[in-house]
Amino acid sequence: MIQLEHVTKTYPKASRPSLDDVSVSIEKGEFVFFIGPSGSGKSTIIKLLLHEITPNKGRVYVNNKDVTSMRSWKIPTFRRTIGCVFQDFRLLPNRTAYENVAFALEVIGKTKAVARRVVPEVLELVGLGGKEHRYPHELSGGEQQRVAVARAFVNRPLILLADEPTGNLDPDTSIEIMRLLDRINRTGTTVVMVTHDSNIVNQMRRRVIEIESGRIVRDQARGVYG
Amino acid sequence: MRLKYVLSEVMVGLWRNVTMTIAMIITMAVSLTMLGASGLMYLQVDAMKDAYYKDIEVSIFLDASVTDQQRAELQTELESDPLVRKVKHETKEEAYERFKELFADSPDLVNAVQADKLPESFRINLVDPEQYQQIFDKYKDREGIDDIIDQRRLLEQIFNILGAIQNMALVSASVMAIAALLLVANTIQVAAYSKRREVAVMKLVGASNWFIQAPFVLEAVVAGLLGAIIGFGALVLGKIFLLDGSLRDLTDLLTPIRWGTVLLMLPFMATVGGLVSAITAWVTLRFYLRV
Ligand SMILES: Nc1ncnc2c1ncn2[C@@H]1O[C@H](COP(=O)(O)OP(=O)(O)OP(=O)(O)O)[C@@H](O)[C@H]1O
Ligand SMILES: [Mg+2]
Repeated sequence: MIQLEHVTKTYPKASRPSLDDVSVSIEKGEFVFFIGPSGSGKSTIIKLLLHEITPNKGRVYVNNKDVTSMRSWKIPTFRRTIGCVFQDFRLLPNRTAYENVAFALEVIGKTKAVARRVVPEVLELVGLGGKEHRYPHELSGGEQQRVAVARAFVNRPLILLADEPTGNLDPDTSIEIMRLLDRINRTGTTVVMVTHDSNIVNQMRRRVIEIESGRIVRDQARGVYG
Repeated sequence: MRLKYVLSEVMVGLWRNVTMTIAMIITMAVSLTMLGASGLMYLQVDAMKDAYYKDIEVSIFLDASVTDQQRAELQTELESDPLVRKVKHETKEEAYERFKELFADSPDLVNAVQADKLPESFRINLVDPEQYQQIFDKYKDREGIDDIIDQRRLLEQIFNILGAIQNMALVSASVMAIAALLLVANTIQVAAYSKRREVAVMKLVGASNWFIQAPFVLEAVVAGLLGAIIGFGALVLGKIFLLDGSLRDLTDLLTPIRWGTVLLMLPFMATVGGLVSAITAWVTLRFYLRV
């Protein structure tokens, strides 16, 4: 499903590589935590999987496609198979919860009718039933992140990437978002999550991959934080 | 659905920054007016060349003291000359008739000239009007010839002036076009900045590149087309109030510019305005959005 083969990434002007000869393989339906100190290269992995950046060396496979050699015009279609959640939610402030989710559908060519059918369903799923018409500033952080998860999931992606999705949330709210991601994982979606939250990692007991200075130092099934 | 989305985005985009939009449209309009005017002038000069060069003449004026034999010899020689297409002899009386006709407005002048004071001449059409010099060299020293005059020379001076005006219009059109381009580029940047969140989300969820770019490009195209329409309006007003109005006397000398020709400028200006805006917007987006 996801495979990195000897991937090295050095940003332009950077003195040392952010990822150094990283190889990792993630199967369909897995739930994987990436942990590690700040600056170790976790977000860089997410960006590589999204094809926001390309590696200097090595290959990246997502959904069995070689992302490294993908033509640029194919990237949009490729991204439709991936959902994304970030620490800062990235919602459109001038659109309601419903409109934020519907926007993601409409800009990839789905009709309004499809949106009317699917969006309430997925908002219900993330526990936002009844708050569809609130604007982001009328929602709590946890609720905003639910909208973001709904947007990432509405297209039924094969993979869900989450870069510190609970980074801005309090522990209780974080646990709720975690439950949500867990439920999404149980539908068969592969989930890759970057986190600093030891509580969550220790509670979930899922595969844990630890990175330090751009190298994998631990890869443990049913692991704990550290 | 997607079309409706794109179109509403375009309208919102144009409204969001009305002052910029207006500035963009005005510079577009001025530039395209200049362009249209020089396009008209180009077609006009071409039409005039066709009309005048067709019956352009070289006049060979004869001495007052020319003998009948000299005249007859010259005529047979001209008629058998391979450079010459047509020869016409104009007597003193015919020259006077033409003179009276030409200056019918100024009877004093006509009265002041006696009928037999105007020279008689051969009016010849050349096979190739460019070969005037050969005719001139061949006949200039002939007895009985007073002067050889090429009408083409006179016309060419007029065309040179028209050409200079046309070049000036083209230069000012280009200068205005640069201003218009910069304004389009700037407007697109501002638009892209104010929609950066939407664009980021669109890229994230996999909206196609054309879908991300289309509203911006169309915004510029609409401004370009509006500019072309306004510029065309300016040309129409120019024809009504200048060419057919205050400059009437001047334009009567030239062949008139027909409405059909003016109308031809609309698709021309619209195409240039639309294309230039679209390309500028697209190039700007490539640098600015990196989509
Ligand atoms: N665009 C960039 N240009 C240059 N260097 C970069 C760039 N992005 C990241 N880096 C560097 O790459 C390294 C890894 O960055 P990355 O964002 O992957 O870290 P991270 O593990 O996600 O950290 P954090 O936990 O703080 O989010 C860091 O040393 C960072 O300074
Ligand atoms: Mg990070």
